[in-house]
Amino acid sequence: MAAVWVFVQESQGAPTTLGLELLTKARSLGEVTALYLGSGGDGPFATLGEYGATSVYHFDCPDVLASGPVAAALASLVEQAPPDLVLFGQGYDDRDIAGRLAARLNQSVLSNAIDVSLDGGVTARHEIFGGSQIVTSALTGGPTPIVLMRPKSIAAEPASGVMPSVQRVDLPDVGRSSAAVSASHVEEKQGPQLEEAAVIVAGGRGLGSAENYALIEAVAKPLRAATGATRAIVDAGWVPFAKQVGQTGKTVKPDVYIAAGISGAMQHLVGMKDSKTIIAINKDPEAPIFAVADLGIVGDVNTVLPKLAEELARRV
Amino acid sequence: MNVVVCVKQIPDPASPYTLDPDSHWLVRPNEQVLDDTDRYGVEMGLQLAQAHEGTVTLVSMGPTGNMQGIRQALAMGADKAVMIDDPSLRGSDALRTARVLAAAIEREGYDLVVAGTESTDGYSGVVPQMIAEFLDVPALTYATKVDVGDGTVKIHRQTAMGYDVVDASLPALVTVTAGVVEPRYPTFKGIMDAKKKPVDTLTLSDLGVAAGIDQEVVGIAAAPERQAGEIVEDDGDGHLRIVAALEQAKVI
Repeated sequence: MAAVWVFVQESQGAPTTLGLELLTKARSLGEVTALYLGSGGDGPFATLGEYGATSVYHFDCPDVLASGPVAAALASLVEQAPPDLVLFGQGYDDRDIAGRLAARLNQSVLSNAIDVSLDGGVTARHEIFGGSQIVTSALTGGPTPIVLMRPKSIAAEPASGVMPSVQRVDLPDVGRSSAAVSASHVEEKQGPQLEEAAVIVAGGRGLGSAENYALIEAVAKPLRAATGATRAIVDAGWVPFAKQVGQTGKTVKPDVYIAAGISGAMQHLVGMKDSKTIIAINKDPEAPIFAVADLGIVGDVNTVLPKLAEELARRV
Repeated sequence: MNVVVCVKQIPDPASPYTLDPDSHWLVRPNEQVLDDTDRYGVEMGLQLAQAHEGTVTLVSMGPTGNMQGIRQALAMGADKAVMIDDPSLRGSDALRTARVLAAAIEREGYDLVVAGTESTDGYSGVVPQMIAEFLDVPALTYATKVDVGDGTVKIHRQTAMGYDVVDASLPALVTVTAGVVEPRYPTFKGIMDAKKKPVDTLTLSDLGVAAGIDQEVVGIAAAPERQAGEIVEDDGDGHLRIVAALEQAKVI
């Protein structure tokens, strides 16, 4: 049976959803070892077991930047007993650790995968050009295959697992590659979160100004929807990065995604095109967003959104 | 202080991208533009170099073409550029790209390396971290704020929950998110000066890096098409159509 190692990170005392998605995928591929970064404890370890991990390597380094030491420790573990696959998510720490580990091992990586297979070698599927084409890539060399999967590529589902065996891993001193984490700030988040919301209302440059983002909020409120944004308006400083949907930002799959004043750049489409129902409002009838829309309104967002907000407020 | 900024010339994102049917590589026209993501790295580099009496060197790998993208970055104010262009580098993966860039950065000498978080055309998202490992320096990633002190660098590192304050000694590598600084627009003088700035072109043999790549594309398929939707002109009742669609989706 293939040995599959899966990087899982802790957030607020529990494994992240991304980590549980990866475990769900991994247990269909072989025997799963979780590489768990966080404080740990019986609760989170039991959850790792429930999602398919039979053993756990536990890494905890609260006051230092994890990527250097964790990649170094992982490289040693890989050299002792190379697994058939090391699976990461396309997340912040995932990317940092996977990148450093790959460089240490001289291992080519497949990133942004939406699926991975071990049948006849390691292959991964990736969406390119905003999801219009699917490319299958194969790793053809290197000591230990590394694949990074995009969030929400698979639904996290528990299995009837047992409590895994846990081994705490000592982290080496990485000398001049080390960095300290001197403080952590948690930003207050208001309203529904993008990743969990059933409805998302997102705005783009078509809104015309930062002030007009209030129209997005006015429509979102009666729907109890989360609010999202394109990279263009995040870059322009209209809204914080946390609202960005797309390649660089969050991947979302809500029941309904309302794209207002969004043209549908590749970088945005890849983050939202799997939404169940997509409603687009845009002045330009040629905008690529209409190619993925279930309902497209060719019109001015600054006319349509106020009327929509008013109608919704009246109904709910 | 020597600041090296990693930049990339990419096909204009406003025009459709295509893959070469034989090699499966992205078709790159002679005229490529500066990746928008890199404007933040260049601006960050310029501001830090100015504050610490430094220079900004651009390092870039890929087909040189007419150098429009590199000239854009030079026009913002970077002092010089090193471009690695070698036919055997076509179709490089993240690992080999990082190895080549790290070798070029080492050759130039550096105190701080600045890069975007990922390119817009390839977006593997792991190249800067690999460069950092090859250089044996910390990778301070996803920075929303960067401060350089006496031999040290401190950043605000974007996290899922907010941000961490991360600090390290130089030399170091920093990746910057959009919004870390406001990129300047090149002035007319900047554009004229850019034409005279030194641009070194290197090949693999100059860097002593071996070619070789451990991945290949084995299949390309069109994604399953979404069922065509209904596109209607807003006649004043567009909002009611949306309400009806929301009812149909059972979210109201």
